[in-house]
Amino acid sequence: MIKDITIGQYFPGNSVLHRLDSRMKLVLTLMLIVAVFLCRGFYSLGLVFILTLLLVLLSRVPVKTVAKSVRPIVFIVIFTAVLNVFYTSGGSWTYQFWIFKISEKGVMMAVFMAVRIVCLVVISSLLTYTTTPTALTDAMERLMSPLTVLKIDVHTLAMMMTLALRFIPTLIEEIDRIMSAQKARGADWESGSLVSRAKALIPVLIPLFVSSFRRAYELAFAMECRCYTGGKGRTRMKQMKIRFSDIAALIFVCLIIAAIVLMDLFLSKVLL
Amino acid sequence: MSVISITGLTHFYNKGTPFESVAIHDINLEIQKGELLAIIGHTGSGKSTLIQHFNGLLKPDKGVVKFNGSDIWENKKHIREVRFNVGLCFQYPEYQLFEETVYKDIAFGPQNMKLDESEIDRRVRKAAEFVGLKDELLEKSPFDLSGGEKRRAAIAGVLAMEPSVLIMDEPTAGLDPRGREKIIQLIKKYREETGSTVVLVSHSMEDVARLADRILVMENGSPVMLSSVKSVFSQRSRLVSMGLNVPQIAQVFSGLRSRGLPVSADIFTVEEGVKELLRVSQGRGIQ
Repeated sequence: MIKDITIGQYFPGNSVLHRLDSRMKLVLTLMLIVAVFLCRGFYSLGLVFILTLLLVLLSRVPVKTVAKSVRPIVFIVIFTAVLNVFYTSGGSWTYQFWIFKISEKGVMMAVFMAVRIVCLVVISSLLTYTTTPTALTDAMERLMSPLTVLKIDVHTLAMMMTLALRFIPTLIEEIDRIMSAQKARGADWESGSLVSRAKALIPVLIPLFVSSFRRAYELAFAMECRCYTGGKGRTRMKQMKIRFSDIAALIFVCLIIAAIVLMDLFLSKVLL
Repeated sequence: MSVISITGLTHFYNKGTPFESVAIHDINLEIQKGELLAIIGHTGSGKSTLIQHFNGLLKPDKGVVKFNGSDIWENKKHIREVRFNVGLCFQYPEYQLFEETVYKDIAFGPQNMKLDESEIDRRVRKAAEFVGLKDELLEKSPFDLSGGEKRRAAIAGVLAMEPSVLIMDEPTAGLDPRGREKIIQLIKKYREETGSTVVLVSHSMEDVARLADRILVMENGSPVMLSSVKSVFSQRSRLVSMGLNVPQIAQVFSGLRSRGLPVSADIFTVEEGVKELLRVSQGRGIQ
């Protein structure tokens, strides 16, 4: 049933990664993504790869669950790898059959690219596995707060996002209810042509819109009744604090980036 | 003769996931033709899950649901027929209104039954008249009606299918006293005129006492009592332990009895109460 769709992919836990400050986690994730792109050779990429595995273990999210986030991009990984195999030349050997030419460098590039993409996806999904959607929007709000200087209402944007996330499960429940009610009156969207199936959705969509607007008004009233006037002068229930572990994590990631740059400078086998 | 007969009905929530839990467990139930069965129970006791099995909106994980003697899931293609015969009116049915006019909305069910135009027209007008919607309202948008009118329009949408069994989930919830009274009278009139079987889910013990022939009490997904109004409401302490109660008038009368007034213990509606008080007071020579 439609209810079974999971929203976000937060995996509850209390690991080191879960406890990191969400702002710091967001920044560190961005830094690690940059780090992946900085890698130019197998030594540095190997380092990033090992780091990625280490992070997965640290997060205590089951490997199976993490693998699930890689599944949708398997095609892209294979596609990139194949392209690289055939479009790169050079290296100590080449192998040719018919119109295909495979070179040593091509194979190496293919592996390199595949590992790189997998690392990128795993690192970024670890962020969403270990951070609740609300903590994430909260972190975004804080990190974007300097933009208020440019007259961008960061608080409102973040509030909109939080509300949207909050109401997804409610909407799914509502859709379920309306669908059942219309089914009880003989609605049928499981048979017929594509057009008639699309038309059959009208009895679901209209009540859904109506109730969404109603809910939006009610929510707005409720917020006004509690004197909500936007972000100005509001304090927070969840105070975010940068702790020693956050600083340590930052230093650690900086060291990793330094190591990557140094490895590519001084060790051989640089690919790009 | 039973219209709906249920044996060993069990349903799980989120089957096959780590969040699996039993919604209703091993229910056996016979709904007799023409009776009004009320289902009461605390929130989350499985009432709504149970009634959605009656018309095949939910498929049992275990057990069989029979309508007029045949398994409704025997042929999946005929499940819509069952839904036309067992009309289910959800809680807050006004939130399912969607058409441009009330008329079209009421016609939604009959249209899905593939009836011809004149028959649809007859049914829509009959259902609208039955629930007390005036003709001029039929051409209005359903969103312009008042709360009570919307509710009655939505109920008409189910009645227009002319089901032989009518299931209503909390039909009076959220209405003012006058709106509630209208719905109750509607259900009474509907039974008198059509002789249909009605299943009523309700939190209001007053409504149940006034309408029901039998009461099914649900707790934690299992039926714990199935009996006449009198015998269910005579077990007040048991009902209270389940977060339910007896009608207020019954509480008043048990208070009177405990203070020594010789009133009957079987008073469950205000009308009965008035008669009983008159009887007792006349017996004592009070005018």
